[in-house]
Amino acid sequence: MAEALFVFVLSVFLGFELIAKVPSTLHTPLMSGSNAISGITLVGALMAVRVDSQVVSIILGVSAVALGAINVVGGYFVTNRMLRMFRKKD
Amino acid sequence: MSAVLETLMQNDLLSSVAYVTSAILFVFGLKLMGSPDSAQRGNLLSAGGMLLAVVVTLLSSGLDYKWIALGVAIGSAIGYVTAVRVQMTAMPEMVALFNGSGGLASLLLGASEYTSHGADPEFQGFTAFVTFLAIIIGGVTFTGSVIAWAKLSEKIDGKPILYPGQQFVNAALLLTALVLGVLFTLDPTRGVLVGASSGGGAMVLSSSIVFLGLVVLSLMLGVMVVIPIGGADMPVAISLLNSYSGLAACAAGYAINNSILIVAGALVGASGIVLTNIMCKAMNRSLGNVLFSGFGSGAGGSGAAVEGEAKAATPEDAYYVLEAASTVVIAPGYGLAVAQAQHAVRELGDILEDNGTEVKYAIHPVAGRMPGHMNVLLAEANVPYEQLVEMDGINPHMPNTDVCIVIGANDVVNPAAREDETSPIYGMPIINADAARTVYVLKRSMNTGFAGISNPLFFCENTRMIFGDAKKTVESLIEQFKS
Repeated sequence: MAEALFVFVLSVFLGFELIAKVPSTLHTPLMSGSNAISGITLVGALMAVRVDSQVVSIILGVSAVALGAINVVGGYFVTNRMLRMFRKKD
Repeated sequence: MSAVLETLMQNDLLSSVAYVTSAILFVFGLKLMGSPDSAQRGNLLSAGGMLLAVVVTLLSSGLDYKWIALGVAIGSAIGYVTAVRVQMTAMPEMVALFNGSGGLASLLLGASEYTSHGADPEFQGFTAFVTFLAIIIGGVTFTGSVIAWAKLSEKIDGKPILYPGQQFVNAALLLTALVLGVLFTLDPTRGVLVGASSGGGAMVLSSSIVFLGLVVLSLMLGVMVVIPIGGADMPVAISLLNSYSGLAACAAGYAINNSILIVAGALVGASGIVLTNIMCKAMNRSLGNVLFSGFGSGAGGSGAAVEGEAKAATPEDAYYVLEAASTVVIAPGYGLAVAQAQHAVRELGDILEDNGTEVKYAIHPVAGRMPGHMNVLLAEANVPYEQLVEMDGINPHMPNTDVCIVIGANDVVNPAAREDETSPIYGMPIINADAARTVYVLKRSMNTGFAGISNPLFFCENTRMIFGDAKKTVESLIEQFKS
């Protein structure tokens, strides 16, 4: 429990330090990029779909997998699309 | 080889090493997001971290691959197609939808955990508590994001929806959810004693009803807390929902005891909070004021009525002034996105530069409907980012600016924020468009903006209104220069 809190606080602190330095120009891609990271729930959802799970758990798990995948795949692709436009023009 | 892998998986060494690597990639990715030149690489690193975490997880034993493949295929296809097709002007609603999708995933993961392990003795206490958190935060994120999407894409009216006793209803909903949450935490299997029946037996709400109640309450809460937030305050709402989606993933991570969910979720939670804070500061308002005041409903007054008459001008009039100007500042707002005028504006900027005029774009932090909205649109139109100047950078130069062209912006250039203490936006830092020698305001009509606040800028001595669609106006200016 104490260890769990430790990891959480440290990660939040790291997040504050990282994000506060991002210039306002990049706030939209930053938001959609971090949004894609929040799709990490996908990883948890994968583990919920087991061969020995009950039907209800499978249905819930697969739905979570699909939604997590929308968040992850959509989030990274759209962020990449935006950031391509921010590169220096030659 | 597979025997080795099996052994590695059994003592969790492989997954631990992979998860730590993923976390490091997320951190480096976010760090590289800090500069336009490295940001794309940062996003790819972060995506690599995600891929690593997914692949390693898939190696764990006992997974049902056919169902997983189905879910991944459907989700990836939907995500990819929407990401490729969406217009840059519709980015805020897109981010809101992806956000909501992540929130719902966390809710469902919590639900799945409850249905498969809810009866285990270890579930009671801490695990039940974090599952409750994943459900409630995930649910609020989901329906809140859907409402934000509907407001942004104008499926429903963007104005705040208010009714008497609203805050009381919201507080009651939250309190009920918390009480159910405490009961759920204490004993997820027992249910709630709601009274004694006449026969003397106890009347008990079964535990699954308590759980369903939690889910329903969380979904209702998301709707209720976002409907009173007006369109112009969406940058704050979206940032906050972004933070929630991270926190929901984090809570789900505690529920299934998975470190990468905890770390990644906490990173996103923090990032959303930082952006929320930046947006609130840019409007000089507290988070509480943004969330609860129903700002822009007209309930808080609209400031002193403005005396005088707005003077209209035609694109031809503006052409002669612009032709002779040596410095021009363009101040864009949400109207630029609505009119899809970003490419035309860039073309006008180029023509002015060729004509020897210095062109700058003044970017207000809350212009548009999400943080950095204007920057994305102008980047799409290939405006060099050296020409984009933040509010604090441009204001000292405004008095020496010949022409300021305001395109679809309203509150962010409203001098009442500086001068009129009765104005609801009094104290909000603004772009001092009125300080320029001549101001052209491109606007559809004299209607007040999203926030419904009167704008004395339109009545200034040096202001001319050019009514009509912003894109058409800019295009006809371009025509004038070409002929």
